[in-house]
Amino acid sequence: MTTELLQQAAASNQWIAIAPELLVGCLALLLLIFEIVLPKARHDVIPTLAILGLLGIIGGFIVNYDTPFLDQETFNGLLKHTGTGQFMRLFFLFAATGVCVLGTVALKRQAMSKVEFFSITLVVTGAMMLLAQVNHFVMLFVALETVTVGFYILVSYTRTNPLSLEAGLKYLIMGALSSGLLLFGIVLLYGVAGNAAFAMHTANSMHFGELRAFLYENPDNLLASIGIVLVISGVAFKIGAVPFQIWISDVYQGAPTPVTAFLAIGSKAAGFALLLILVSVFDGYQSLVIKVLSVMAMATIIFGNVAALTQHNVKRLIGLSGVSHAGYLMIGVIAAISVPYAVGAICFYLLAYMLASSVVFGVMTHVSGDDDADQDLDHYTDLAKTHPFLGAVLGVGLGSLAGIPPLAGFMGKLLVFMAAFEAGLYPLLGVAILGVVLSIYYYFGWIKAAFFPQWRPPVFEGDDPIPEPARQAVGTSARVLLATAALATVLLGFYQGPLGQWLGLS
Amino acid sequence: MQSFDILLFAIVSPLALALAMALGLPQALAKKLAYVAFAIPALAGLCVWYRFGEAPTEGTYAFLNTYDTGLDGLGIKLTLGLNGISLPLFVMAGIVGLAAGLYALQSVAERLNTYLMLLLIMQGGLMGVFASVDIFYFYFFHELALIPTFIMVGIWGGRDRNYAAMKMTIYLTVGAMLSLIGLIAIYYKSGAQTFDMIALREAGLAQGLSTVAQNNIFGLLMFGFGILVSLWPLHTWAPLGYGAAPSSVAMLHAGVLKKFGLYGLIQIALPLLPQGAAHWATILATLAVIGNVLIVGIVTIAQRDLKQLVGYSSVMHMGYAFLGVACISVVGAGGVVFMMVAHGLSVALLFLLSTSIYHRTQTFDLDEMGGLVKHAPVLSAFFVAGTLASIGLPGFANFWGELTIFVAAWKAFPILTVISILGVVISAIYGLRAAARVFFGPQTEAFDKVLAEKPAGDLTWAEKIPALLLLAGLLLLGVWPKAMSPAINASISEIYPAAAQVVPVDVAHN
Repeated sequence: MTTELLQQAAASNQWIAIAPELLVGCLALLLLIFEIVLPKARHDVIPTLAILGLLGIIGGFIVNYDTPFLDQETFNGLLKHTGTGQFMRLFFLFAATGVCVLGTVALKRQAMSKVEFFSITLVVTGAMMLLAQVNHFVMLFVALETVTVGFYILVSYTRTNPLSLEAGLKYLIMGALSSGLLLFGIVLLYGVAGNAAFAMHTANSMHFGELRAFLYENPDNLLASIGIVLVISGVAFKIGAVPFQIWISDVYQGAPTPVTAFLAIGSKAAGFALLLILVSVFDGYQSLVIKVLSVMAMATIIFGNVAALTQHNVKRLIGLSGVSHAGYLMIGVIAAISVPYAVGAICFYLLAYMLASSVVFGVMTHVSGDDDADQDLDHYTDLAKTHPFLGAVLGVGLGSLAGIPPLAGFMGKLLVFMAAFEAGLYPLLGVAILGVVLSIYYYFGWIKAAFFPQWRPPVFEGDDPIPEPARQAVGTSARVLLATAALATVLLGFYQGPLGQWLGLS
Repeated sequence: MQSFDILLFAIVSPLALALAMALGLPQALAKKLAYVAFAIPALAGLCVWYRFGEAPTEGTYAFLNTYDTGLDGLGIKLTLGLNGISLPLFVMAGIVGLAAGLYALQSVAERLNTYLMLLLIMQGGLMGVFASVDIFYFYFFHELALIPTFIMVGIWGGRDRNYAAMKMTIYLTVGAMLSLIGLIAIYYKSGAQTFDMIALREAGLAQGLSTVAQNNIFGLLMFGFGILVSLWPLHTWAPLGYGAAPSSVAMLHAGVLKKFGLYGLIQIALPLLPQGAAHWATILATLAVIGNVLIVGIVTIAQRDLKQLVGYSSVMHMGYAFLGVACISVVGAGGVVFMMVAHGLSVALLFLLSTSIYHRTQTFDLDEMGGLVKHAPVLSAFFVAGTLASIGLPGFANFWGELTIFVAAWKAFPILTVISILGVVISAIYGLRAAARVFFGPQTEAFDKVLAEKPAGDLTWAEKIPALLLLAGLLLLGVWPKAMSPAINASISEIYPAAAQVVPVDVAHN
C-alpha cells in the first residue's frame, strides 16, 4: 500500500467506520497514562475506568449500530462491514467488559501489577473487533497476531505461578505453529491466485473478493486446496478444534481465570467470526471445506466430551467442554453454507455461550483460592448452602452450557440443530446428540458437587486435611455482572423477541 | 381469541410464585400463597372441563391463543389450546399437582421453601405440556418440569439419591434428545416448516410424509418417548428414581410428567405418521407386553421395598398403554388417554400413601412391616382402595382404560392381549400381597420397636385431603366414564386417519 492510498483513506471519513476500535485503543493508552500519572495508592480507579469506558463505548456503539458503511468496503478493501460483523463487534465489547469485571475480582489476590491486564485486554478486544470485519489476508494476519501476542502476555500474567508460565510457553509454541500454518496457507493462496497462467488471476489476490472470484473460476487446484486447508487449520487453533485442541486444557488451567474466560469466550468467538467469513471466501471449494469441517466437527465433539468426562479440575473441565461447544458451532458453520439463518443461529449460540460462560467463570473466580490453577470440583461442596447466590447462578450457567431448556443455551443448540437438519447433516447431528448426552454427565457432576449433600470423609485426630480455599465475598460489580448474565440467560430461553428478529431468525 | 386466557393463567401462576420465591419472598407468605398457586391450575382444569363442550373449536382445539416470542419466522410460537386428548390430561395434571402440592406443604422437608419453589416450577411446566398446541413448546415445558425433578431427587431424595439422580438425568436426556430430533424431523419432512400442530396436521393431510421418513421418525419418537415413559428394556431408571424421589416429586413425575411420552405418541406421532406407526406396531406391542407387562410384572412381585414396588408397578402399567398405542385405532388411543388419567391419579395416590406409611413405620421394607391396620384404619382403607384401582377393578377409572385397550388390541394382537390380561392377575398378586403384608400381617418386632419410640397415628387431615382428592377422581371416572369419554372420542375420531376409524389396522400386512 502506497502513501497516497493512506492519504486518500485519511482524507475520506472512513476512520469513522472503526471509531469503536479506535476508542478502545485510546482507552487502553489512557489507562497506561493514568498508571504513570496517578500515585500508586490510587491505582484502584483504573479498573473502574476501564469498565466504565467500555460501557460508554458499548452505549455509543448501540446508538450508532446502523452504520452507513454497512455492506461496504473501507480502507481499500482491508475491511468490509457486515451485519454479522456488527454483531460480533458488540459481542467482543460485552465480553471484554465481563472479563474486566472478573479481572477486578481475581487479580485482587495476586501480588501482580493490576493495570496492564486491563490495557492488554482492551488492545486484544480492539483487534478482535477488527478481525470480525476483515476482508483481506494482510488485515487478517495483523489482527490475529495482535490478538495472539496479547494472549501470550495475558496467559502468563501471574508470573509467580509456575503453571501460568508453563501455560504461557505452551500457548506461545502452539500459537507460533498455528501462525506459521496460517501464513503458509495464505502464501500458497496468494501465489496461486496471482499466477498469470490461471483464468481470473489477480494482482490483489489477498483481497477476499478477488480471491473468492478466482477460486470460483479454478475449482480443482491442488495448491489452492492445500492453502485452504492450512488457513482453516490456523483458524482451528483459535477455536480449539481437533486436532488443534492440544493446548487447551493446560493453557486454560494455567492462565489466570479471567484470561481463561477471555480465551474461552473472546478467542473462540473471534475464530468463528473468521471462519464464517472464510467459508464464504472459499465458496468455490465448498465440498472440500465441508469435508474438512465435518471431520473436524465430529472429532471435536467426541474428543471434547469424552476428555471432559474424567476431569476434576474445573478449569480443565470447562476448557474441554468448550472444545465440544466449538464442535457444535462448527456444525452451524457447515449448515450456514446452505441455510442462511444458520448464521443467526451461530450468533445466538455464541451469545448464550458468552452469558453462561461469564456466569460460570464469575463463580469460579469467587470459589478459587490463591492458587488460581488449583480449582477442584471438591471445592464446590455445599456452595448452594453457604452461598445461595453463587449456587443459583452457577446452576443457571451450567444448565445453559449443557443446553437444558428453558435456558438460552438450549435455544442456541436447538437453532443450530434445526439449521443442521435443514442442511441434511444427519451423521453430524447424531454425533452432536451423543455429545450432548455425554456432556450431561460432567455438567451434572459439577451441579451435584455444588448442590447435593455430599459424603465427606470423617476427620480423625492427627489427620491433616488439605484445607479448601476460602470463598470470596461477592462484590457489587461482580454481583451485577452475574445477576445480569444469569437473568439474561433465563429470559432469552423464554423470550427471544426482538433479538430473534434482529438476528434474522424470523 | 379471548381476552382472558385461562390456560396461560394456569401455567403462569405457579411459575410466577416460584420466581417471586427465588427473588426472596418471605417464607410464611410464600407458604400461604403456595396453596393458591397449586389450587389455580386444578380449578382452571375443572373450569375448562366444564366449558369444553360449548367452547368454539378450531382444528379440534378449543381455548386457542397465540403469543409471538420472537421466532415466528421459524414457525415457533407459543400457542395454547386444548382438544379432547389434552383436556383430560390437563385436568388430571391440575388435580395431581394440587394433591402433590398439599402433601408437600404438610411435610417437614428441610429447606421447604426451595422445595416448594421447584415443585411450583414443575407444576407450571406440567400444565404447559398439555396446553401447548405448538410441539416446540410441548417439548420445552416438558423439560422445564423435568429439570427440577433431577435437582429434587438429588437434594431431598432417599437412599441412593446421587446415583438415582444421575441415572435419571442421563436416561431422560437421551430420551428427550431422541424425541427432539424426531420432532425437528417432523418439522422439516412435513414440508410445513412449523411446529404448530394444527398446521402440521393440515400439511400431513395435504401431502403426507414419505414412508421411509415416517418409519425413521416414528422409530426415533418411539424410542425417545419410550425411554421417557419407561418402555422395557429402557425402564431401569424409573423404579430406582421413584424409589429415591421425595413423595411429591414421585407423584408428579410418575403420575403426570411421564405421560408426556404417551401423549406425544397419541397426539403427534399416530395422526401424522400412521404408516410409520404400522411399521413399528408389532415391535412396540411385543416389547410392551412381554417386557413391561410380563417381565417387569414378575420382577414387581419380587420387590421388598414398598416405594420401589409402586415404581415397578407403574412401569408395568405403561405396558398396557403402549399396547393401546400399538393398535393405531381410535378405540385403542381413546383407551390409552383414559388409562393415562386413571393411572396418573392412582399411582400418585399410592406414592402418597407409601410415604405416609413410611412416616409411621420408619421403613419401606415390606418384611419389617405388618399390622398397621390396628393403628391406622383409614390409611389402610385408602391404600387398599388405591391398590384395587391400580389392579383395575370395576368401579375405578383404571378398569375402563384397560378394558378399552384390551378390546382394541384383541383384533390386532390376540396372543399378546391374552398375555396382558394375565398381567392383571400379576398386578393383583403383588398389589394385594403388599397390602396384606403392610396392614394385615402379624406385627413384626421391628415395628414394635418403632412403635415404642413413636406411636403411629392415623392419617391426619392434611394427608387425607390430597388422598381424597385423588380417590374421588378415580371413583368419579370409574362410575361415570362418560364425563370424559365423548370429548376424547370426538377429537381422536377427527384427527386419526380413516383407516383407524373402523377396524384396527392389520399390522401383519404392512
